[in-house]
Amino acid sequence: MLRLEKRPNPSKMWGYLAPVLAVIATMIGGGVMFALLGKDPFEAIRTIFYDPLFSEFAWYYRPQLLIKGAPLILIAIGLSMGFRAGIWNIGAEGQYIIGAICGAGAALAVYPFDSALIFPVMILCGAIGGFAWAMIPAILKTKFGTNEILVSLMLVYVAEQLLASMSLGLMKNPEGFGFPGSRNLQQYASAHNAELWAGSGIHLGVVFALIAVIFSYIMLARHQMGFHIRLTGESPKAAKFAGVNPNKLVIYCLGFSGALAGLAGMFEVAGPSGQISIDFNVGYGFTAIIVAFLGRLNPFGIMLAGLLMALTYIGGEIAQSSLGLPSAAIQAFQGMLLFFILALDMLTNFKIKLVNAEVRT
Amino acid sequence: MDLSAISPTLLVASLMVAATPILLAAIGELVVEKSGVLNLGVEGMMIMGAISGFAAAVLTGSPMVGFLCAALGGAALSIIFAILTQYFLSNQVATGLALTLFGLGLSAMLGQSYVGIKPPVSAKLELPLISDIPVMGPILFSHDFTVYAALTLVAGVWWFLKYTRGGLILRAVGESHDAAHALGYKVVRVRILAIMFGGACAGLGGAALSLVRVPQWTEGMTAGSGWIALAIVVFASWKPARVLLGAYLFGGVAVLQLNLQAAGVSIPVEYLSMSPYLITIIVLVVMSANRSKLVLNAPAALGRVFHASR
Repeated sequence: MLRLEKRPNPSKMWGYLAPVLAVIATMIGGGVMFALLGKDPFEAIRTIFYDPLFSEFAWYYRPQLLIKGAPLILIAIGLSMGFRAGIWNIGAEGQYIIGAICGAGAALAVYPFDSALIFPVMILCGAIGGFAWAMIPAILKTKFGTNEILVSLMLVYVAEQLLASMSLGLMKNPEGFGFPGSRNLQQYASAHNAELWAGSGIHLGVVFALIAVIFSYIMLARHQMGFHIRLTGESPKAAKFAGVNPNKLVIYCLGFSGALAGLAGMFEVAGPSGQISIDFNVGYGFTAIIVAFLGRLNPFGIMLAGLLMALTYIGGEIAQSSLGLPSAAIQAFQGMLLFFILALDMLTNFKIKLVNAEVRT
Repeated sequence: MDLSAISPTLLVASLMVAATPILLAAIGELVVEKSGVLNLGVEGMMIMGAISGFAAAVLTGSPMVGFLCAALGGAALSIIFAILTQYFLSNQVATGLALTLFGLGLSAMLGQSYVGIKPPVSAKLELPLISDIPVMGPILFSHDFTVYAALTLVAGVWWFLKYTRGGLILRAVGESHDAAHALGYKVVRVRILAIMFGGACAGLGGAALSLVRVPQWTEGMTAGSGWIALAIVVFASWKPARVLLGAYLFGGVAVLQLNLQAAGVSIPVEYLSMSPYLITIIVLVVMSANRSKLVLNAPAALGRVFHASR
């Protein structure tokens, strides 16, 4: 009979091994799923994980990796702070949308005026938008003890409606022949989040994602706030005795993740996407939750996990066109990955022992 | 704008239909939370129920088979949650989220070939004479059977929790799993059964949406109903009768906002569509403002991992 025994300290080795095993297990599980859909599982897995990096057209897909990875990493870094402390912001999708609306709104308000100041102001507005949207659950939590999970999630649906209203009303392109959606910011030089080197996929959002990774690493390792976050996550009682102010932590974690999600939205709307439209959001805010856990809430782990998840997005698109794999299959695939991570995470905290059934104590 | 086009009788009658999916999901989640497990995957289980029920009903032509398969589909998905949280001791919040993400993806995949199809019509209660009574007839006696099934289920859960030994054990497990374990109750087994019941109810709720309320299959059609069901459990302070009140309140808001849209009120459609979510938030705030009472009502072991070390 198998029995679980709690380890005195989490295992370091399993900390590294578990995510790798989870990815392998997902490939097997996903392969079975694809086989059930009547596709060749080996070809599907190869198309998703190998082709974007090493196929004939990899020169096109590799920059995409950064374009899709940057928002995932930015959002996941923010979420991981709160997740460590048991503060669950699952409304990043909404903060992402509001960041994009605020960022694009700042640019559209002054169109077609040209100035070098416009883009920095947009960045600021995007961050403030996401921050403010995250402050709603944060303040309700600290003032009234309202559950932040439900409030932040409800606000995603509110943000989606707001996005629809913006792209059909206030921000609709007056020269758009009646089609919904705003002006394309890619054609507005002062507001365009262009690639820093053409064809590299590196836009300012990628740089910000990298800065966020390093910043959060330093904060968790060296700053008192980071210590408080880790302490609260590992032992809430000890944190209480150490004088950690839980309300400050809630405001900080939600505000930080909101601002980063807002930034991600702003960089997306000013760059790869280009315009505010009804289907602007593609679920990065939710996928980032998987990224945060796959990276084991560690900043550098999140960076790798974000790139891997971007790979499944790109590979999924290729598989969609070349193998006819349904687009939702990738979503199910990503969800499956989160299951395996959570299941295998047990190995870091528990030892599995084989015990004789008769000598149960 | 023509507000007189909104008939109060029809409004009440249609709010009962609109509330049924949320009511079913919420009463299931109430049982799960009473056993001390927080399953945030209601949205995922609901949408799995919606598609498996829809597919089964279309394939067999029988709505009853559809509802049965919906309950099975929801329960099947909840078993993943049960295994992960009860045997692999994973974090319940994260696992619930995973369940929702996975359910949304899987349902969209399964549902591809069902977009735009009409499901078979499920039977309505048509009592001669009684159904024709003005006002009372349309409100009480002319609904789809799901409306009555949901009401029966609420009464059943209330009775089970309050008057049966099983209900007492379930509540004991939810209040203190260590004490229940020491008394010899199988904590894990009780919780797994509760989780599966919750999954089946959420699945039925999903089918009530795709087979009765809408009735059609569209990707992501639950649109947050599962989350609203979770909020209703908090609103109801874990009491079955108040779950009913909460669900009908939200059903009322949903129907009223649709009626206002149809009546052409000068508020843009998008802002009216926001209202159910905003009202959920307001209700949550009002409920949680009285923190001590809420803590008193919540199952004490809610969300805590149980690991019998000896």
